[in-house]
Amino acid sequence: MTTFEAILLTIVTASTPLLIAALGELVTERSGILNLGVEGMMAMGAACSFAAAVTFDSTLIGVAAGILAGAFMAALFALVVLGFAANQVGSGLALTIFGLGLSGLIGAPFVGSRRDPIAPIDIPGLSDIPVVGRLFFEQDLFVYASIALTILIAIYLKRTRSGLTLRSIGENHASAHGLGLPVLRVRFLAILFGGACAGLAGAYLALVYTRFWSPGMTAGRGWIALALVVFAAWRPAWVLVGAYIFGAATVLQLHAQAAQWGIPSQLLSAVPYLATIIALLLLSLRYGRAIGAPGSLGMPFVPDR
Amino acid sequence: MRFELTPRTTVSPVARALAPVAAFITAFLIAGVVIWLMGRSPIAAFDVYVLQPLSDPWSLQELLVKATPLMLIAIGLSYCFRANLWNIGAEGQYVIGAVFGGWLALRTHGTDAGAWVLPAMLLLGIIGGALYGLIPAFLKIRFGVNEILTSLMLVYVAQLFLDYLSRGPWRDPKGFNFPQSVTFDPAATLPSIMEGSRIHWGAIFALVAIVITAIILGRTLFGYRLKLTGDAPRAARFAGFSSKATTMAVFAISGGLAGLAGIVEVSGQIGQLQPSISPGYGFTAITVAYLGRLNPVGILIAALVVALTFIGGESAQILLKLPLDLTQAFQGILLLCVLAADALVSYRIRFVTRGGGK
Repeated sequence: MTTFEAILLTIVTASTPLLIAALGELVTERSGILNLGVEGMMAMGAACSFAAAVTFDSTLIGVAAGILAGAFMAALFALVVLGFAANQVGSGLALTIFGLGLSGLIGAPFVGSRRDPIAPIDIPGLSDIPVVGRLFFEQDLFVYASIALTILIAIYLKRTRSGLTLRSIGENHASAHGLGLPVLRVRFLAILFGGACAGLAGAYLALVYTRFWSPGMTAGRGWIALALVVFAAWRPAWVLVGAYIFGAATVLQLHAQAAQWGIPSQLLSAVPYLATIIALLLLSLRYGRAIGAPGSLGMPFVPDR
Repeated sequence: MRFELTPRTTVSPVARALAPVAAFITAFLIAGVVIWLMGRSPIAAFDVYVLQPLSDPWSLQELLVKATPLMLIAIGLSYCFRANLWNIGAEGQYVIGAVFGGWLALRTHGTDAGAWVLPAMLLLGIIGGALYGLIPAFLKIRFGVNEILTSLMLVYVAQLFLDYLSRGPWRDPKGFNFPQSVTFDPAATLPSIMEGSRIHWGAIFALVAIVITAIILGRTLFGYRLKLTGDAPRAARFAGFSSKATTMAVFAISGGLAGLAGIVEVSGQIGQLQPSISPGYGFTAITVAYLGRLNPVGILIAALVVALTFIGGESAQILLKLPLDLTQAFQGILLLCVLAADALVSYRIRFVTRGGGK
């Protein structure tokens, strides 16, 4: 395997958690709920999946624990923003603070443990194609799943009745409620889905990307996932593109650090965060204010009865 | 069984004041369950977290020392949050304030620069924080970029910048390769308010900021304008209040106060620049601002209460071997409870049994 191929492979690994988390948040936001707790849910997913995987020596149980942890956190958020109609921005921030703290507690006994890499799934024949073969046809299951998820969510939102219901609730919750659509129930499920995805993204980070747990290992990826949703104008296909651009930026700055060109490593580490700001800025320059944002995004809803 | 919310027609001031208290008690009970699940005694934890710090004069001083940056930052954030603008990058503005002010301390190190150094450092801290806070504000009003994400991203950038400075150009050459600057000269050190006390002048600054804010919010047109911009943006526009000017103003104020908190902490408490100068004050201040219901006096009380969790957390780490992360988890759950408790103020909660009612 050439260095070039290796870099491309790591780009895929770096992009996948961003993609999964951003897709989950996209569905949540399309239902009109802004959940800024992605970072916290992701951290919980990472800690719980790693703890479970080490304890039971099973990647599968680890992944399930990560998804459940993300969904549990999301349920807490749903209770506060749907049940109590609380401010979504503040509640999401609180969820992030809570998740970062709690994940530290859960992960503490597992600092220093390592997991073996999980075997990639090799599609015979196709993976022998030079360069692109290994890139496209010898990835781990999560990578294939994340691509499938992108397509499924795109179809769900665009082509199914349930997807239309979700979008109409996100566009205007009062009208949707007037039409008799179950606003709070759909939003609850959308929040849970977002949490499960963030948890899965965290599990991927801990079990595949780093294969160890350390506090704060999400390092702002949850926030970058949130930015990706805006960057993608709330469309799944563009989330995929954006996630891979950011994954590439992350990996390239790591290689630039290793190459020791005399650029301060901190400046290179800042690249993903600066790139996020620049991407949001360019998007606004090109299209004006937040295109594609669901109409009721972030507004609390209390049905009148 | 489920519950429904119905809007209240009148809001009693008692409920308004009691909501944060109820939230605090709920958060404590949840934390108690978590500690119990971890196999520790919640009662012993309550003793270490709350009773011991409150019964020890040294800890009481420490309480005020820790509450100082929280008050300064939270009071600034209250301007933003009142106007429904989301500066969540106070942690970064705090760091840049420390960098700007710290620059002067390092430049004048070893010279006989006189008494002007300290006031100039504080001023530079305010300017640095305000300028850094203005970046997301400018991007928002000029290009419509979401201020939540930009202000948060800038936190990481600021922390990396400080990391670079204290490991690179600003490192003490005689510091045995430790990533820290030289210790500030006495002229660049914020003095204690009394001989032998740990409480420094930062506490006075925080109290002044609280009093000034109370006057601005309660007695001036600007205060009214903030409230109107937050509660009824359309009405604010019709009244001729420019939302752009408001945005710039509140980000400058909150950034400036966060920057002041940063330089106050570095010159009054830490005494040098190093990669980490905050246990997350900028984020905790968000909890403080809401726990204090965005009210200056409320923030004063809330900062003291939340500072207690920092001090209790440190002693719990030593005495009970409970990790510091517990403090952060508690602060997060506290903020969730505070925001949920707001609903109890504005809505009446009605329990509906399955099949009944509707």
